[in-house]
Amino acid sequence: MSDRLLEIRDLQVAYGGIHAVKGIDLHIAPGELVALIGSNGAGKTTTLKTLAGLLHPAGGQIHYDGNSLNDIAAHRRVTLGIALVPEGRGIFARLTIADNLLMGAYSRNDQHEIATDLERMYALFPRLAERRNQLAGTLSGGEQQMVAMARALMSRPRLLMLDEPSMGLAPLMVQKIFETIRDIAALGMSILLVEQNARLALQAANRGYVMESGTITLSGASDELLGSDAVQRAYLGG
Amino acid sequence: MPNALRQFLTHGGKHQRQVMFWLLLGALLLLPFITDALLGRGWVRIADFAMLYIMLALGLNIVVGYAGLLDLGYIAFFAVGAYCYALTGSPHLAIAFPMLFPDGIHLSFWIVLPLAALVAGGFGVLLGAPTLRLRGDYLAIVTLGFGEIIRIFLNNLNAPFNLTNGPQGISRIDPIRMGDISLNATQGIFGIALPSVHLYFYLFLAFTALVIVISQRLEKSRIGRAWMAIREDEIAASAMGINTRNLKLLAFAMGAMFGGISGTLFAGFQGFVSPESFSLMESIMVLCMVVLGGMGNIAGVILGGVLLAILPEILRHSVVPLQQALFGKTLVDPESLRMLLFGGALIVMMLYRPAGLWPSRVRRRELDSDEAGVV
Repeated sequence: MSDRLLEIRDLQVAYGGIHAVKGIDLHIAPGELVALIGSNGAGKTTTLKTLAGLLHPAGGQIHYDGNSLNDIAAHRRVTLGIALVPEGRGIFARLTIADNLLMGAYSRNDQHEIATDLERMYALFPRLAERRNQLAGTLSGGEQQMVAMARALMSRPRLLMLDEPSMGLAPLMVQKIFETIRDIAALGMSILLVEQNARLALQAANRGYVMESGTITLSGASDELLGSDAVQRAYLGG
Repeated sequence: MPNALRQFLTHGGKHQRQVMFWLLLGALLLLPFITDALLGRGWVRIADFAMLYIMLALGLNIVVGYAGLLDLGYIAFFAVGAYCYALTGSPHLAIAFPMLFPDGIHLSFWIVLPLAALVAGGFGVLLGAPTLRLRGDYLAIVTLGFGEIIRIFLNNLNAPFNLTNGPQGISRIDPIRMGDISLNATQGIFGIALPSVHLYFYLFLAFTALVIVISQRLEKSRIGRAWMAIREDEIAASAMGINTRNLKLLAFAMGAMFGGISGTLFAGFQGFVSPESFSLMESIMVLCMVVLGGMGNIAGVILGGVLLAILPEILRHSVVPLQQALFGKTLVDPESLRMLLFGGALIVMMLYRPAGLWPSRVRRRELDSDEAGVV
């Protein structure tokens, strides 16, 4: 299974009696950018939270790098290289930008390398460099998304999971965020991108999955999905 | 605070800060003598209590200010510490259980203190464990209940076996001793007569300094930053690799230990404990010290502790004579006036200084930038 960094088989997640995810299969190869699209309440965020260890599966298997993730606590998964940029960004509003980024490296001990990575993030997001001592809560939505992404990258992930990075952002900022996602993908990182903006997500991704009320209804290469009638009708307004 | 002074305190050179430190230390060491001479010995005792409150407020600041966990039953840990020393340092056990403890336990204060801190810390975990999933108002309600449970236990545990002596409390607790020196009697050192309240003042001063240093270290540490991350966004914090469960328990335990230490000192100082001292009102007082002073800022919390410990005493000493002089009789008793002023002060604070009298630098920056309209 060396061609699969992440493999999910028959994953089920339930809140009380309500099944939010009803047995999905999904995989990501190293270096692949995979989009998971679908409407509100389809179970996309639930899937990501379960992968990050914040929710517990009701059934099914999650394999990461050949090992089962099912019994590994959320905070241990970060050490294994799984990073989540949560929905709504989840920045630490009353900490400075620099402290936010340093929190991203919480699971690491290599002080010198952390300092280097911090500079790397400032190079990737020059806007954050100018404001490094400002409180993160005072930034605009787009800048906060940058903080959230840079913070996740500070853990040196192998799998980056982004939950609705375009949510609530101005169109220009959305373009910028997606450019950055492409840049990160070009560096060879595996990315699982959850989006409601199906067109943008599929344009950036190698492959895509379409999720509807807890199940995956379609999957395939991004181009195919973009061209398919079902996706056109349901998500692209065509 | 005037800007010049703030600048001096925060940006002053190393030399300046050293001078400040020695001046402050000198002033604090002289404080009991000056207070004694100007206001009378009763006020030295009030200063002693103020320091117990400061320790409590700094302990609660870890839980509320750093980790963002609203705790309305904090005084319970103070009670646990106080009863630990009361039980081991008084004849109560010998009277209640003559078979088990014919002579009581009477361990040295210095042995009981760390044990009491550990027991209080254990109670902190006991409170933290079932409330891990709760936040905000819901957590406040459970902690409030916890505080009351401890108080009611202390109040009623004189039957079926007399562990706490119920509402009468436990008296004749051994005074704190340092070697052969009892802090309960006037001692002469270098030819200077130091009354008991002065001795306790210096002891409490040392403990307060210790608690301040530990608080400062914690704030700047990896643990402190993890607590703040949990306060800001728990989901994101655990996505950063923070073990939120353990760190929340640690916050409860650390806060409880500070409370326990303060309680142990209280029992030794007072010589008497009863459940009355650990009412819900006391928890709220300590929380007000933290909030009024400036949540998350050590200097602010100390300021809040001093003010709220001393103001009621000023009222007690001034309200009755003032009314007697003006009206010839007492119309309002100081206790109810205290609550009135207290409530008024809280409302005014929330309107005009929501971050506290002396907010942390971060909070101040946040409010400043809000005013400036930075987005």
